[in-house]
Amino acid sequence: MTPLLQVEGLSKFYGTHLGCGDVNFTLWPGEVMGIVGESGSGKSTLLNCLAGHMAPDTGRVIFDTRTDGPRDTVTMTEPERRWLARTDWAFVHQNPRDGLRMNVSAGGNVGDRLMAVGARHYGDIRREAGDWLERVEIDPTRIDDRPRAFSGGMQQRLQIARNLVTGPRLVFMDEPTGGLDVSVQARLLDLLRGLVRRLGLSAVIVTHDLAVVRLLADRLMVMKDGCVVEQGLTDQVLDDPQHAYTQLLVSSVLQV
Amino acid sequence: MSKVMIEISGVTKRFVLHNQGGAVLPVMQGAALSVQEGECVALVGASGAGKSTLMRMIWGNYRCDEGSIQVAGVELCCAAPREVIALRRSKLGYVSQFLRVIPRVPTLDVVAEPLLAQGMDELQAQARARAMLARLNIPERLWWLSPTTFSGGEQQRVNIARGFIQDWPVMLLDEPTASLDAGNRAVVLDLIAEAKARGAAILGIFHDAEARAAVCDREVDVTGFTPARSAA
Amino acid sequence: MTEYNFAYLDEATKRMLRRAILKAVAIPGYQVPFSSREMPMPYGWGTGGVQVTAACLLPEDTLKVIDQGADDTTNAVSIRKFFARVAGVATTEATATASVIQTRHRIPETPLTEGQILVFQVPIPEPLRFLEPRETETRTMHALEDYGLMQVRLYEDIAKHGEIARAYAYPVRVEGRYIMDPSPIPKFDNPKLDNSPALQLFGAGRECRIYALPPYTRVESLDFDDYPFTASKAAGQVCAICGAEDSYLDEVITDDAGGRMFVCSDTDYCATRVAAQAEDAA
Repeated sequence: MTPLLQVEGLSKFYGTHLGCGDVNFTLWPGEVMGIVGESGSGKSTLLNCLAGHMAPDTGRVIFDTRTDGPRDTVTMTEPERRWLARTDWAFVHQNPRDGLRMNVSAGGNVGDRLMAVGARHYGDIRREAGDWLERVEIDPTRIDDRPRAFSGGMQQRLQIARNLVTGPRLVFMDEPTGGLDVSVQARLLDLLRGLVRRLGLSAVIVTHDLAVVRLLADRLMVMKDGCVVEQGLTDQVLDDPQHAYTQLLVSSVLQV
Repeated sequence: MSKVMIEISGVTKRFVLHNQGGAVLPVMQGAALSVQEGECVALVGASGAGKSTLMRMIWGNYRCDEGSIQVAGVELCCAAPREVIALRRSKLGYVSQFLRVIPRVPTLDVVAEPLLAQGMDELQAQARARAMLARLNIPERLWWLSPTTFSGGEQQRVNIARGFIQDWPVMLLDEPTASLDAGNRAVVLDLIAEAKARGAAILGIFHDAEARAAVCDREVDVTGFTPARSAA
Repeated sequence: MTEYNFAYLDEATKRMLRRAILKAVAIPGYQVPFSSREMPMPYGWGTGGVQVTAACLLPEDTLKVIDQGADDTTNAVSIRKFFARVAGVATTEATATASVIQTRHRIPETPLTEGQILVFQVPIPEPLRFLEPRETETRTMHALEDYGLMQVRLYEDIAKHGEIARAYAYPVRVEGRYIMDPSPIPKFDNPKLDNSPALQLFGAGRECRIYALPPYTRVESLDFDDYPFTASKAAGQVCAICGAEDSYLDEVITDDAGGRMFVCSDTDYCATRVAAQAEDAA
């Protein structure tokens, strides 16, 4: 089996300030990896470097492409990277407004990626969009409504549908449950878990919510000041943390 | 000759509390045991002697500092996360004392999940989940509700249903009969006996001496693995 | 000095414009930036078209200028007079005899021929403008052929109106590559862009862009497989003057009591047909 994503010596600086430093990991097909750490720990910087939104200063991000096998996405051309971003990758933003076209209907939002990769049959696009709305538990009769008319949880589910419609293999998520009510969060987590399992997705999830990673992630990476201080099996990192910072993080969670 | 499914030798574990002045707590030293196919072994010892710690090290959520822990041929002390995940998906089952689920997910799906994770068809998995819930006397009207709202005994039975839904070759049971009434306890003991009969290697913690006597072939006292506290 | 600096523009300006035009012809559908000059007319009155026309004109050319298909509207008359004065070129209202035609919002009904140049006045050259406001991003989208968004716009039209509701400035794809705004011509004229024997040049003065369709360029109107493009016009109407069924019609309100008539928007086409009918009758 080939790893889906191999990250080697990835670093990003903002001037002299370290964004994230010397990150190494291997993600295998079907694995879900969580990245936790406090604000400013470099987890979003890392995610953006992985997803090609930002160019790292050093290091390689090798993705197993469908057509050409493992390729370094840092050195590939912008059109190639954009193509990956529309096909094999998905990116779920914390704020659905960043990931949705707010002035385009729900159907258009889901159909967007299909049309970007060449779909030109209105009926087929619409059928697929309706199908995906149902899969993310949005009433398909609302296909022509704009995302503004949706609740926060629905917008987030719409963003997920829009991302998954082209059958990506790797999903990047930046605090996917961040701005949601607790009850809505649970529903979204359940949905994500089901989709990850049914579609055999791999995912990298950035969050500061340890409960979210425990439920979603197989593996966990803990970041502090731009560096990875600990990584391993999720429940092992959370139940038997080795690093001082992880111990602090785990012991700081409020118990309900 | 039966196959050895759990093989532990020379296992040492200590906790280092970095945020409490780097205090070192040795919790286990020289632990060794083995469990064969079709065998049920009980861990015994006083509270705090390290039964749960040992169970967690076998499950893989506690790291092992020294020694060797082999489960179904996988060496856990140096396994990559994905090897542990694969082991838990297909070989190693765990009935913990606490039910940890996403709120809102119906009981039926909670129980069927290990089968789905293995790739079983959804209808088939649900059918097996129904049968298991019925056997553990969870009323049908509760199947569509989330178990987070259930009573302690009901939650425990959901946990057991989830643990026994799949025919794991190796099982870890943490107090499976705690907080159960006599009827349900008998069902659980039957489930354990059936698992043994099909060749599962079972390691468990049973405070209930009667249950222990009914299903366990032998006992391992973990007191022998507890490091002397004099160092502190 | 007319021998040296022919047709209003100074030497440097003309060279700059011609270079831009050559580049535009070399990359069909690509918007070439140019340093648009002040022209003796306000923006929106065809300053881009005038500069392109001036850069193309030769002393032996015959110029025709139309506005919404008509030779006799203010904009058409003043530009025609302008070039008659500053370049001294012959002018005409007949499509067939013109060598350079400057147009606003129409393509003549009479088929164009090889050697003719059609110059379009363009208000907004960027077809992605109202979908993506950042110019940096729309340029990147063109460069990377990232055109899904344009299709989303058409999808939204069908979802909302049951059809693609664009009647003019209907986006086209040039040689399977660049998406281009054909200027606000009615979509009825879109098929005339395709495989035309004439050279078609587009000038946007305010926005400083020139783009081009060299003769015999493949131009496809965007659509969906199950909602194909149709070059529609006022349904079931004929021209009240010449009786033409195949031309693009303007609706003219004739009184305050709801009276109206449909007439050819192309005045030359209409007049030519009326003349021919009179001849036949005679």
